[in-house]
Amino acid sequence: MIRPGKMLKQVLDSIFRKPATTNYPFTKAVMPDKFRGKIIFHPEKCIGCKMCMRDCPAGAIQIRKIGDKKFECEIDLGKCIYCAQCVDSCLKKALETTKEFELAALERNKLKVTYHADTGEVSKE
Amino acid sequence: MHKVVIPIGPQHPALKEPESFSVTLSGEKIMKFSARLGYNHRGIEKACEERTYVQDVYLTERICGICSHSHSTCFTQAVEEIAKVDVPKRALYIRTLVGELERIHSHLLWLGVAGHEVGFDTLLMYTWRDREVVMDILAMLTGNRVNYGINMIGGVRRDVSAEQAKAILKAMDTLEERTKYYIQVATQETTLIQRLSGVGILSHKDALKLGAVGPTARASGVNRDVRRDDPYAAYSEVKFKVITDDHNDVYGRTLVRMGELLESYSIIRQIVKKMPEGPIITKVPRKIPAGEATSRYEAPRGEDMHYVKANGTEKPERVKVRAPTLANIQTVAKMLEDRQLADLPIVIAAIDPCFSCTDRLTGIRQTGKRKKNVLKWEELHTYSITFYKEHGIDFTDLNKKMAKALK
Ligand code: SF4
Ligand code: SF4
Repeated sequence: MIRPGKMLKQVLDSIFRKPATTNYPFTKAVMPDKFRGKIIFHPEKCIGCKMCMRDCPAGAIQIRKIGDKKFECEIDLGKCIYCAQCVDSCLKKALETTKEFELAALERNKLKVTYHADTGEVSKE
Repeated sequence: MHKVVIPIGPQHPALKEPESFSVTLSGEKIMKFSARLGYNHRGIEKACEERTYVQDVYLTERICGICSHSHSTCFTQAVEEIAKVDVPKRALYIRTLVGELERIHSHLLWLGVAGHEVGFDTLLMYTWRDREVVMDILAMLTGNRVNYGINMIGGVRRDVSAEQAKAILKAMDTLEERTKYYIQVATQETTLIQRLSGVGILSHKDALKLGAVGPTARASGVNRDVRRDDPYAAYSEVKFKVITDDHNDVYGRTLVRMGELLESYSIIRQIVKKMPEGPIITKVPRKIPAGEATSRYEAPRGEDMHYVKANGTEKPERVKVRAPTLANIQTVAKMLEDRQLADLPIVIAAIDPCFSCTDRLTGIRQTGKRKKNVLKWEELHTYSITFYKEHGIDFTDLNKKMAKALK
Protein backbone atom coordinates (compact mmCIF):
# COMPACT_ATOMS: atom_id res chain seq x y z
CA MET A 1 0.00 0.00 0.00
CA ILE A 2 1.42 3.36 -0.99
CA ARG A 3 1.12 5.76 1.88
CA PRO A 4 3.16 8.22 3.93
CA GLY A 5 4.58 7.44 7.35
CA LYS A 6 5.81 4.02 6.34
CA MET A 7 8.59 4.11 8.92
CA LEU A 8 6.40 5.36 11.73
CA LYS A 9 5.95 1.94 13.30
CA GLN A 10 9.69 1.40 13.34
CA VAL A 11 10.25 4.77 14.96
CA LEU A 12 7.68 4.11 17.67
CA ASP A 13 9.15 0.67 18.30
CA SER A 14 12.55 2.22 18.91
CA ILE A 15 11.29 4.28 21.81
CA PHE A 16 11.23 1.12 23.89
CA ARG A 17 14.62 -0.14 22.77
CA LYS A 18 18.09 0.46 24.08
CA PRO A 19 19.98 3.14 22.16
CA ALA A 20 22.11 1.84 19.28
CA THR A 21 25.01 4.08 20.24
CA THR A 22 27.51 3.47 23.02
CA ASN A 23 28.47 5.92 25.66
CA TYR A 24 32.10 6.39 24.60
CA PRO A 25 34.42 7.52 26.25
CA PHE A 26 32.66 6.47 29.46
CA THR A 27 32.19 2.94 28.17
CA LYS A 28 35.41 1.74 26.66
CA ALA A 29 35.29 0.72 23.01
CA VAL A 30 36.42 -2.86 22.47
CA MET A 31 38.66 -3.37 19.47
CA PRO A 32 38.54 -6.51 17.31
CA ASP A 33 41.30 -9.10 17.65
CA LYS A 34 43.13 -8.20 14.48
CA PHE A 35 43.03 -4.49 15.21
CA ARG A 36 46.02 -2.54 14.00
CA GLY A 37 46.70 -0.04 16.74
CA LYS A 38 49.86 1.37 18.27
CA ILE A 39 52.98 -0.56 17.28
CA ILE A 40 55.28 -1.73 20.04
CA PHE A 41 58.90 -2.81 19.76
CA HIS A 42 60.75 -5.63 21.50
CA PRO A 43 64.43 -4.57 21.48
CA GLU A 44 65.72 -8.00 22.51
CA LYS A 45 64.43 -9.60 19.30
CA CYS A 46 65.60 -6.99 16.79
CA ILE A 47 68.62 -7.78 14.65
CA GLY A 48 68.76 -4.42 12.92
CA CYS A 49 67.96 -5.57 9.40
CA LYS A 50 65.84 -2.44 8.88
CA MET A 51 63.31 -4.20 6.68
CA CYS A 52 60.60 -2.43 8.64
CA MET A 53 62.08 0.96 7.75
CA ARG A 54 62.33 -0.01 4.12
CA ASP A 55 58.69 -1.06 3.84
CA CYS A 56 57.00 1.57 5.98
CA PRO A 57 54.86 3.64 3.60
CA ALA A 58 54.86 6.66 5.88
CA GLY A 59 58.49 6.76 6.95
CA ALA A 60 57.28 6.58 10.51
CA ILE A 61 59.72 4.06 11.92
CA GLN A 62 63.43 4.50 12.62
CA ILE A 63 65.79 1.80 13.84
CA ARG A 64 69.07 3.01 15.30
CA LYS A 65 72.10 1.04 16.37
CA ILE A 66 73.18 2.10 19.83
CA GLY A 67 75.69 -0.56 20.67
CA ASP A 68 76.84 -4.03 19.88
CA LYS A 69 73.72 -5.86 18.66
CA LYS A 70 71.60 -3.30 20.43
CA PHE A 71 68.95 -1.35 18.60
CA GLU A 72 66.46 1.25 19.56
CA CYS A 73 63.35 2.14 17.67
CA GLU A 74 61.58 5.40 17.23
CA ILE A 75 58.00 5.46 15.94
CA ASP A 76 56.33 8.70 15.03
CA LEU A 77 52.71 8.09 15.95
CA GLY A 78 51.70 11.19 14.04
CA LYS A 79 53.10 9.84 10.81
CA CYS A 80 52.18 6.18 11.28
CA ILE A 81 49.16 5.10 9.26
CA TYR A 82 48.74 1.89 11.29
CA CYS A 83 49.00 -0.42 8.32
CA ALA A 84 51.14 -2.92 10.26
CA GLN A 85 53.31 -3.57 7.24
CA CYS A 86 56.36 -3.25 9.51
CA VAL A 87 54.98 -6.06 11.66
CA ASP A 88 54.61 -8.26 8.58
CA SER A 89 58.03 -7.30 7.25
CA CYS A 90 59.88 -8.10 10.47
CA LEU A 91 61.07 -11.66 10.29
CA LYS A 92 62.18 -11.66 13.93
CA LYS A 93 58.77 -10.62 15.30
CA ALA A 94 60.33 -7.66 17.04
CA LEU A 95 57.34 -5.46 16.26
CA GLU A 96 53.81 -6.07 17.39
CA THR A 97 50.42 -4.42 17.00
CA THR A 98 48.35 -3.56 20.04
CA LYS A 99 44.74 -2.62 20.56
CA GLU A 100 45.67 0.83 21.80
CA PHE A 101 44.04 3.54 19.71
CA GLU A 102 43.65 6.61 21.91
CA LEU A 103 46.91 8.15 20.83
CA ALA A 104 46.12 11.83 20.38
CA ALA A 105 48.48 14.29 22.02
CA LEU A 106 48.52 18.03 22.36
CA GLU A 107 52.18 18.39 21.47
CA ARG A 108 53.75 17.02 18.37
CA ASN A 109 56.92 15.75 20.02
CA LYS A 110 54.86 13.69 22.45
CA LEU A 111 53.87 11.61 19.45
CA LYS A 112 57.42 10.44 18.93
CA VAL A 113 57.88 7.31 20.93
CA THR A 114 61.32 5.83 21.46
CA TYR A 115 61.79 2.27 22.60
CA HIS A 116 65.23 2.13 24.20
CA ALA A 117 67.18 -1.05 24.02
CA ASP A 118 67.48 -1.39 27.82
CA THR A 119 64.63 0.45 29.40
CA GLY A 120 61.67 -0.02 27.08
CA GLU A 121 59.45 2.88 26.13
CA VAL A 122 60.25 6.49 26.83
CA SER A 123 58.60 9.42 25.15
CA LYS A 124 60.79 12.15 23.80
CA GLU A 125 60.79 15.42 25.62
CA MET B 1 14.33 36.79 -16.55
CA HIS B 2 17.48 38.13 -14.98
CA LYS B 3 20.24 35.56 -14.67
CA VAL B 4 22.20 35.09 -11.48
CA VAL B 5 25.39 33.10 -11.11
CA ILE B 6 25.81 31.52 -7.71
CA PRO B 7 29.12 30.06 -6.66
CA ILE B 8 28.84 27.10 -4.32
CA GLY B 9 32.05 26.17 -2.60
CA PRO B 10 34.96 25.47 -2.54
CA GLN B 11 34.21 26.00 1.15
CA HIS B 12 30.53 25.66 1.82
CA PRO B 13 28.62 24.37 4.84
CA ALA B 14 26.59 21.99 2.67
CA LEU B 15 29.61 20.35 1.09
CA LYS B 16 31.43 17.50 2.75
CA GLU B 17 34.45 17.94 0.55
CA PRO B 18 35.86 21.13 -0.92
CA GLU B 19 34.62 21.44 -4.48
CA SER B 20 33.55 24.39 -6.51
CA PHE B 21 30.27 24.52 -8.38
CA SER B 22 28.92 27.41 -10.31
CA VAL B 23 25.19 27.53 -10.92
CA THR B 24 23.54 29.95 -13.32
CA LEU B 25 20.00 30.59 -12.22
CA SER B 26 17.00 32.19 -13.77
CA GLY B 27 14.64 32.54 -10.86
CA GLU B 28 14.62 29.10 -9.24
CA LYS B 29 15.52 27.37 -12.44
CA ILE B 30 19.03 26.12 -13.15
CA MET B 31 20.23 27.28 -16.56
CA LYS B 32 23.75 26.01 -16.37
CA PHE B 33 25.75 23.98 -13.91
CA SER B 34 29.47 23.53 -13.94
CA ALA B 35 31.79 21.82 -11.53
CA ARG B 36 35.39 22.77 -11.08
CA LEU B 37 37.56 20.01 -9.71
CA GLY B 38 40.99 20.48 -8.27
CA TYR B 39 40.58 21.46 -4.65
CA ASN B 40 41.48 18.08 -3.29
CA HIS B 41 44.59 17.29 -5.23
CA ARG B 42 46.89 15.20 -3.06
CA GLY B 43 49.49 14.12 -5.60
CA ILE B 44 48.90 10.44 -4.90
CA GLU B 45 50.03 9.29 -8.33
CA LYS B 46 53.34 11.06 -7.97
CA ALA B 47 53.72 9.73 -4.44
CA CYS B 48 53.14 6.21 -5.78
CA GLU B 49 55.98 6.64 -8.21
CA GLU B 50 58.28 7.53 -5.36
CA ARG B 51 57.45 4.52 -3.24
CA THR B 52 57.88 0.80 -3.64
CA TYR B 53 55.08 -1.50 -4.73
CA VAL B 54 54.70 -2.79 -1.17
CA GLN B 55 54.14 0.73 0.12
CA ASP B 56 51.91 1.74 -2.77
CA VAL B 57 49.26 -0.78 -1.82
CA TYR B 58 48.62 1.19 1.38
CA LEU B 59 48.82 4.47 -0.44
CA THR B 60 46.28 3.52 -3.12
CA GLU B 61 44.06 2.23 -0.36
CA ARG B 62 43.91 5.79 0.93
CA ILE B 63 42.70 7.27 -2.34
CA CYS B 64 39.17 6.80 -1.05
CA GLY B 65 37.93 6.27 2.47
CA ILE B 66 34.79 4.44 1.40
CA CYS B 67 35.96 2.30 -1.50
CA SER B 68 39.47 1.83 -0.18
CA HIS B 69 39.50 -1.88 -0.95
CA SER B 70 38.45 -1.16 -4.53
CA HIS B 71 41.46 1.00 -5.19
CA SER B 72 43.99 -1.25 -3.53
CA THR B 73 42.61 -4.34 -5.31
CA CYS B 74 42.62 -2.52 -8.62
CA PHE B 75 46.25 -1.55 -8.10
CA THR B 76 47.44 -4.97 -6.95
CA GLN B 77 45.64 -6.60 -9.87
CA ALA B 78 47.56 -4.42 -12.30
CA VAL B 79 50.90 -5.16 -10.63
CA GLU B 80 50.15 -8.87 -10.44
CA GLU B 81 49.36 -8.86 -14.14
CA ILE B 82 52.70 -7.26 -14.97
CA ALA B 83 54.62 -9.62 -12.69
CA LYS B 84 52.60 -12.56 -14.00
CA VAL B 85 51.88 -13.99 -10.57
CA ASP B 86 49.25 -16.58 -9.93
CA VAL B 87 47.33 -15.36 -6.95
CA PRO B 88 46.04 -18.25 -4.80
CA LYS B 89 42.34 -19.01 -5.21
CA ARG B 90 41.57 -18.47 -1.57
CA ALA B 91 43.09 -15.01 -1.69
CA LEU B 92 40.89 -14.11 -4.65
CA TYR B 93 37.85 -15.28 -2.74
CA ILE B 94 38.78 -13.21 0.28
CA ARG B 95 39.29 -10.15 -1.91
CA THR B 96 35.86 -10.66 -3.43
CA LEU B 97 34.35 -11.12 0.01
CA VAL B 98 35.81 -7.88 1.36
CA GLY B 99 34.91 -6.12 -1.88
CA GLU B 100 31.27 -7.08 -1.56
CA LEU B 101 31.15 -6.20 2.13
CA GLU B 102 32.52 -2.83 1.14
CA ARG B 103 29.78 -2.43 -1.47
CA ILE B 104 27.18 -3.17 1.19
CA HIS B 105 28.52 -0.58 3.60
CA SER B 106 28.88 1.97 0.82
CA HIS B 107 25.35 1.50 -0.52
CA LEU B 108 23.83 1.61 2.96
CA LEU B 109 25.80 4.77 3.62
CA TRP B 110 24.51 6.24 0.37
CA LEU B 111 20.93 5.40 1.22
CA GLY B 112 21.28 7.31 4.48
CA VAL B 113 22.91 10.30 2.79
CA ALA B 114 20.22 10.36 0.11
CA GLY B 115 17.56 10.29 2.83
CA HIS B 116 19.29 13.16 4.57
CA GLU B 117 19.52 15.25 1.40
CA VAL B 118 15.77 15.04 0.85
CA GLY B 119 15.00 15.70 4.51
CA PHE B 120 14.14 12.11 5.40
CA ASP B 121 16.51 11.88 8.34
CA THR B 122 14.71 8.92 9.85
CA LEU B 123 16.01 6.85 6.96
CA LEU B 124 19.53 8.15 7.63
CA MET B 125 19.43 7.13 11.28
CA TYR B 126 18.12 3.65 10.65
CA THR B 127 20.28 2.77 7.64
CA TRP B 128 23.37 3.93 9.43
CA ARG B 129 22.45 1.92 12.48
CA ASP B 130 22.12 -1.17 10.32
CA ARG B 131 25.32 -0.34 8.50
CA GLU B 132 27.12 -0.96 11.79
CA VAL B 133 26.44 -4.68 11.30
CA VAL B 134 28.59 -4.79 8.20
CA MET B 135 31.18 -2.44 9.68
CA ASP B 136 31.59 -4.83 12.60
CA ILE B 137 32.05 -7.72 10.19
CA LEU B 138 34.72 -5.79 8.29
CA ALA B 139 36.46 -4.92 11.54
CA MET B 140 36.36 -8.54 12.62
CA LEU B 141 37.77 -9.81 9.32
CA THR B 142 40.44 -7.22 8.67
CA GLY B 143 41.08 -5.51 11.98
CA ASN B 144 39.81 -2.04 11.16
CA ARG B 145 36.57 -0.42 10.10
CA VAL B 146 38.07 1.60 7.30
CA ASN B 147 41.25 1.06 5.27
CA TYR B 148 41.17 -2.66 5.76
CA GLY B 149 44.78 -3.27 4.73
CA ILE B 150 43.92 -6.75 3.53
CA ASN B 151 45.62 -6.66 0.15
CA MET B 152 49.21 -7.36 -0.63
CA ILE B 153 50.85 -7.90 -3.97
CA GLY B 154 50.37 -11.64 -4.48
CA GLY B 155 47.44 -12.25 -2.16
CA VAL B 156 45.83 -11.14 1.07
CA ARG B 157 47.20 -10.66 4.56
CA ARG B 158 44.51 -12.18 6.72
CA ASP B 159 42.64 -15.44 6.51
CA VAL B 160 38.99 -16.09 7.24
CA SER B 161 38.29 -18.65 9.95
CA ALA B 162 35.29 -20.97 10.12
CA GLU B 163 33.80 -19.00 13.01
CA GLN B 164 34.13 -15.78 11.10
CA ALA B 165 32.43 -17.36 8.11
CA LYS B 166 29.54 -18.27 10.38
CA ALA B 167 29.34 -14.74 11.74
CA ILE B 168 29.32 -13.36 8.19
CA LEU B 169 26.42 -15.59 7.16
CA LYS B 170 24.47 -14.55 10.23
CA ALA B 171 25.08 -10.88 9.52
CA MET B 172 23.93 -11.40 5.93
CA ASP B 173 20.59 -12.71 7.18
CA THR B 174 20.08 -9.66 9.40
CA LEU B 175 21.09 -7.30 6.64
CA GLU B 176 18.92 -8.99 4.05
CA GLU B 177 15.89 -8.66 6.27
CA ARG B 178 16.65 -5.00 6.86
CA THR B 179 17.28 -4.29 3.18
CA LYS B 180 13.98 -5.89 2.25
CA TYR B 181 12.36 -3.56 4.73
CA TYR B 182 14.06 -0.54 3.13
CA ILE B 183 12.95 -1.69 -0.29
CA GLN B 184 9.44 -1.75 1.08
CA VAL B 185 9.91 1.75 2.43
CA ALA B 186 11.30 2.97 -0.88
CA THR B 187 8.52 1.46 -2.94
CA GLN B 188 5.64 2.35 -0.60
CA GLU B 189 6.54 5.54 1.19
CA THR B 190 4.86 8.09 -1.04
CA THR B 191 6.82 11.12 0.18
CA LEU B 192 10.07 9.47 -0.85
CA ILE B 193 8.74 8.33 -4.23
CA GLN B 194 7.34 11.75 -5.02
CA ARG B 195 10.51 13.51 -4.00
CA LEU B 196 12.85 11.28 -6.02
CA SER B 197 10.81 10.49 -9.13
CA GLY B 198 11.51 12.62 -12.15
CA VAL B 199 14.43 14.31 -10.41
CA GLY B 200 17.84 14.28 -12.06
CA ILE B 201 16.78 12.64 -15.29
CA LEU B 202 19.56 11.12 -17.36
CA SER B 203 18.31 9.44 -20.49
CA HIS B 204 19.79 6.18 -21.72
CA LYS B 205 21.36 7.99 -24.66
CA ASP B 206 22.94 10.68 -22.47
CA ALA B 207 24.25 8.10 -20.04
CA LEU B 208 26.07 6.40 -22.89
CA LYS B 209 27.21 9.64 -24.45
CA LEU B 210 28.61 11.07 -21.22
CA GLY B 211 30.24 7.81 -20.26
CA ALA B 212 28.40 7.30 -16.97
CA VAL B 213 29.43 4.30 -14.88
CA GLY B 214 28.11 2.20 -12.03
CA PRO B 215 24.64 2.58 -10.53
CA THR B 216 24.25 5.97 -12.24
CA ALA B 217 24.53 4.31 -15.64
CA ARG B 218 22.61 1.19 -14.68
CA ALA B 219 19.66 3.27 -13.49
CA SER B 220 19.49 4.65 -17.03
CA GLY B 221 19.26 1.18 -18.46
CA VAL B 222 22.93 0.76 -19.34
CA ASN B 223 23.57 -2.90 -18.73
CA ARG B 224 27.21 -2.71 -17.78
CA ASP B 225 29.11 -4.18 -14.86
CA VAL B 226 32.82 -4.98 -14.82
CA ARG B 227 32.17 -7.86 -12.45
CA ARG B 228 30.26 -9.65 -15.21
CA ASP B 229 31.81 -8.18 -18.35
CA ASP B 230 35.45 -8.56 -17.39
CA PRO B 231 35.46 -10.79 -14.30
CA TYR B 232 38.31 -10.31 -11.86
CA ALA B 233 39.02 -11.96 -8.48
CA ALA B 234 36.42 -14.72 -7.96
CA TYR B 235 33.49 -13.15 -9.81
CA SER B 236 33.65 -15.65 -12.65
CA GLU B 237 32.71 -18.36 -10.16
CA VAL B 238 29.65 -16.79 -8.59
CA LYS B 239 26.22 -16.19 -10.00
CA PHE B 240 24.62 -12.80 -9.77
CA LYS B 241 22.32 -10.50 -11.67
CA VAL B 242 23.33 -7.08 -12.90
CA ILE B 243 20.60 -4.78 -11.66
CA THR B 244 19.35 -2.22 -14.12
CA ASP B 245 16.41 0.11 -14.07
CA ASP B 246 14.71 2.32 -16.59
CA HIS B 247 13.39 5.07 -14.36
CA ASN B 248 16.42 7.18 -15.43
CA ASP B 249 16.08 9.31 -12.30
CA VAL B 250 17.21 9.44 -8.69
CA TYR B 251 14.46 7.03 -7.74
CA GLY B 252 15.84 4.53 -10.24
CA ARG B 253 19.32 4.96 -8.77
CA THR B 254 17.91 4.21 -5.33
CA LEU B 255 16.24 1.03 -6.59
CA VAL B 256 19.41 -0.10 -8.40
CA ARG B 257 21.53 0.31 -5.28
CA MET B 258 19.05 -1.58 -3.14
CA GLY B 259 18.82 -4.35 -5.68
CA GLU B 260 22.59 -4.54 -5.72
CA LEU B 261 22.57 -4.93 -1.96
CA LEU B 262 20.46 -8.07 -2.27
CA GLU B 263 22.80 -9.40 -4.97
CA SER B 264 25.79 -8.71 -2.73
CA TYR B 265 24.27 -10.81 0.04
CA SER B 266 23.83 -13.68 -2.35
CA ILE B 267 27.39 -13.30 -3.70
CA ILE B 268 28.78 -13.34 -0.18
CA ARG B 269 26.82 -16.48 0.70
CA GLN B 270 28.19 -18.22 -2.38
CA ILE B 271 31.73 -17.03 -1.67
CA VAL B 272 31.65 -18.26 1.91
CA LYS B 273 30.26 -21.62 0.80
CA LYS B 274 32.67 -22.14 -2.07
CA MET B 275 35.83 -20.74 -0.53
CA PRO B 276 38.62 -23.20 -1.34
CA GLU B 277 41.27 -24.21 1.17
CA GLY B 278 44.88 -23.32 0.59
CA PRO B 279 47.46 -20.58 0.96
CA ILE B 280 46.41 -16.94 0.93
CA ILE B 281 49.56 -15.41 -0.45
CA THR B 282 52.37 -16.15 -2.90
CA LYS B 283 55.73 -14.57 -2.70
CA VAL B 284 56.31 -11.88 -5.29
CA PRO B 285 59.78 -10.47 -5.91
CA ARG B 286 60.23 -6.84 -4.89
CA LYS B 287 61.41 -5.89 -8.33
CA ILE B 288 58.58 -6.02 -10.83
CA PRO B 289 59.68 -6.70 -14.43
CA ALA B 290 59.16 -3.97 -17.00
CA GLY B 291 55.71 -3.87 -18.50
CA GLU B 292 52.38 -2.14 -18.25
CA ALA B 293 48.88 -3.13 -17.31
CA THR B 294 45.44 -1.64 -16.95
CA SER B 295 43.11 -3.04 -14.37
CA ARG B 296 39.39 -2.51 -13.96
CA TYR B 297 37.28 -2.94 -10.87
CA GLU B 298 33.60 -2.40 -10.22
CA ALA B 299 33.70 -0.15 -7.17
CA PRO B 300 30.42 0.70 -5.40
CA ARG B 301 30.32 3.96 -7.35
CA GLY B 302 31.17 2.45 -10.71
CA GLU B 303 34.10 1.34 -12.75
CA ASP B 304 37.46 2.17 -11.27
CA MET B 305 40.55 2.00 -13.44
CA HIS B 306 44.23 1.85 -12.63
CA TYR B 307 47.10 1.94 -15.05
CA VAL B 308 50.54 0.87 -13.88
CA LYS B 309 53.78 1.01 -15.81
CA ALA B 310 56.72 -0.89 -14.37
CA ASN B 311 60.34 -0.42 -15.33
CA GLY B 312 62.03 -3.37 -13.69
CA THR B 313 62.77 -1.63 -10.39
CA GLU B 314 61.09 -1.70 -7.01
CA LYS B 315 59.07 1.39 -7.84
CA PRO B 316 56.51 1.91 -10.57
CA GLU B 317 57.31 4.38 -13.31
CA ARG B 318 53.76 5.59 -13.70
CA VAL B 319 50.51 5.03 -11.87
CA LYS B 320 47.29 6.47 -13.20
CA VAL B 321 43.99 6.32 -11.38
CA ARG B 322 40.57 7.04 -12.87
CA ALA B 323 38.03 7.05 -10.07
CA PRO B 324 34.35 6.47 -10.90
CA THR B 325 33.24 9.94 -9.86
CA LEU B 326 35.31 11.51 -12.62
CA ALA B 327 33.26 9.58 -15.16
CA ASN B 328 29.99 10.50 -13.47
CA ILE B 329 30.48 14.15 -12.64
CA GLN B 330 29.82 15.21 -16.24
CA THR B 331 26.34 13.73 -16.07
CA VAL B 332 25.33 16.04 -13.22
CA ALA B 333 25.31 19.10 -15.49
CA LYS B 334 22.94 17.26 -17.82
CA MET B 335 20.71 16.07 -14.98
CA LEU B 336 20.33 19.60 -13.61
CA GLU B 337 19.51 21.38 -16.85
CA ASP B 338 16.21 23.24 -16.49
CA ARG B 339 15.65 21.83 -13.02
CA GLN B 340 14.87 23.53 -9.73
CA LEU B 341 17.68 24.69 -7.48
CA ALA B 342 16.20 22.64 -4.62
CA ASP B 343 17.01 19.45 -6.54
CA LEU B 344 20.70 20.22 -6.65
CA PRO B 345 21.80 18.53 -3.40
CA ILE B 346 20.05 15.24 -4.06
CA VAL B 347 21.06 15.12 -7.73
CA ILE B 348 24.72 15.57 -6.83
CA ALA B 349 24.38 13.10 -3.96
CA ALA B 350 22.70 10.58 -6.27
CA ILE B 351 25.88 9.90 -8.23
CA ASP B 352 27.44 9.14 -4.84
CA PRO B 353 30.31 11.50 -5.51
CA CYS B 354 33.70 11.20 -3.94
CA PHE B 355 35.68 14.24 -4.94
CA SER B 356 38.88 13.45 -3.15
CA CYS B 357 39.26 10.29 -5.20
CA THR B 358 38.53 12.20 -8.38
CA ASP B 359 41.20 14.84 -8.12
CA ARG B 360 44.12 13.42 -9.97
CA LEU B 361 45.87 15.95 -12.07
CA THR B 362 45.93 19.69 -11.91
CA GLY B 363 47.04 21.24 -15.15
CA ILE B 364 48.60 24.59 -14.31
CA ARG B 365 48.95 27.10 -17.07
CA GLN B 366 51.24 30.07 -16.98
CA THR B 367 49.08 33.10 -16.49
CA GLY B 368 49.86 36.72 -17.13
CA LYS B 369 51.54 36.03 -20.42
CA ARG B 370 49.86 35.77 -23.76
CA LYS B 371 51.42 32.46 -24.57
CA LYS B 372 49.62 29.64 -22.85
CA ASN B 373 51.75 26.65 -22.14
CA VAL B 374 51.72 23.79 -19.70
CA LEU B 375 54.37 24.04 -17.02
CA LYS B 376 56.98 21.35 -16.60
CA TRP B 377 57.68 19.86 -13.18
CA GLU B 378 60.81 22.01 -12.56
CA GLU B 379 59.09 25.17 -13.75
CA LEU B 380 56.17 24.46 -11.47
CA HIS B 381 58.60 24.01 -8.61
CA THR B 382 60.33 27.36 -9.22
CA TYR B 383 56.99 29.02 -9.83
CA SER B 384 55.63 27.84 -6.51
CA ILE B 385 58.74 28.99 -4.64
CA THR B 386 58.63 32.48 -6.12
CA PHE B 387 54.86 32.65 -5.64
CA TYR B 388 55.17 31.98 -1.93
CA LYS B 389 58.17 34.29 -1.58
CA GLU B 390 56.14 37.11 -3.07
CA HIS B 391 53.47 36.35 -0.49
CA GLY B 392 55.98 36.48 2.32
CA ILE B 393 56.45 32.77 2.93
CA ASP B 394 59.91 31.37 2.53
CA PHE B 395 60.27 27.67 1.93
CA THR B 396 64.03 27.65 1.30
CA ASP B 397 64.83 25.90 4.56
CA LEU B 398 62.17 23.32 4.06
CA ASN B 399 63.31 22.72 0.51
CA LYS B 400 66.84 22.09 1.67
CA LYS B 401 65.58 19.68 4.27
CA MET B 402 63.43 17.90 1.68
CA ALA B 403 66.33 17.58 -0.74
CA LYS B 404 68.41 16.10 2.06
CA ALA B 405 65.70 13.67 3.05
CA LEU B 406 65.20 12.52 -0.50
CA LYS B 407 68.89 11.77 -0.99
S1 SF4 C 1 62.51 -5.60 10.64
FE1 SF4 C 1 62.44 -6.33 12.75
S2 SF4 C 1 64.47 -7.13 13.13
FE2 SF4 C 1 64.63 -5.85 11.30
S3 SF4 C 1 65.21 -3.84 12.07
FE3 SF4 C 1 62.98 -3.86 11.94
S4 SF4 C 1 62.33 -4.48 13.98
FE4 SF4 C 1 64.48 -5.01 13.82
S1 SF4 D 1 52.24 0.52 11.01
FE1 SF4 D 1 52.70 1.09 8.88
S2 SF4 D 1 53.01 3.30 8.96
FE2 SF4 D 1 53.13 2.58 11.07
S3 SF4 D 1 55.31 2.24 11.43
FE3 SF4 D 1 54.45 0.28 10.74
S4 SF4 D 1 54.73 0.25 8.53
FE4 SF4 D 1 55.02 2.36 9.21
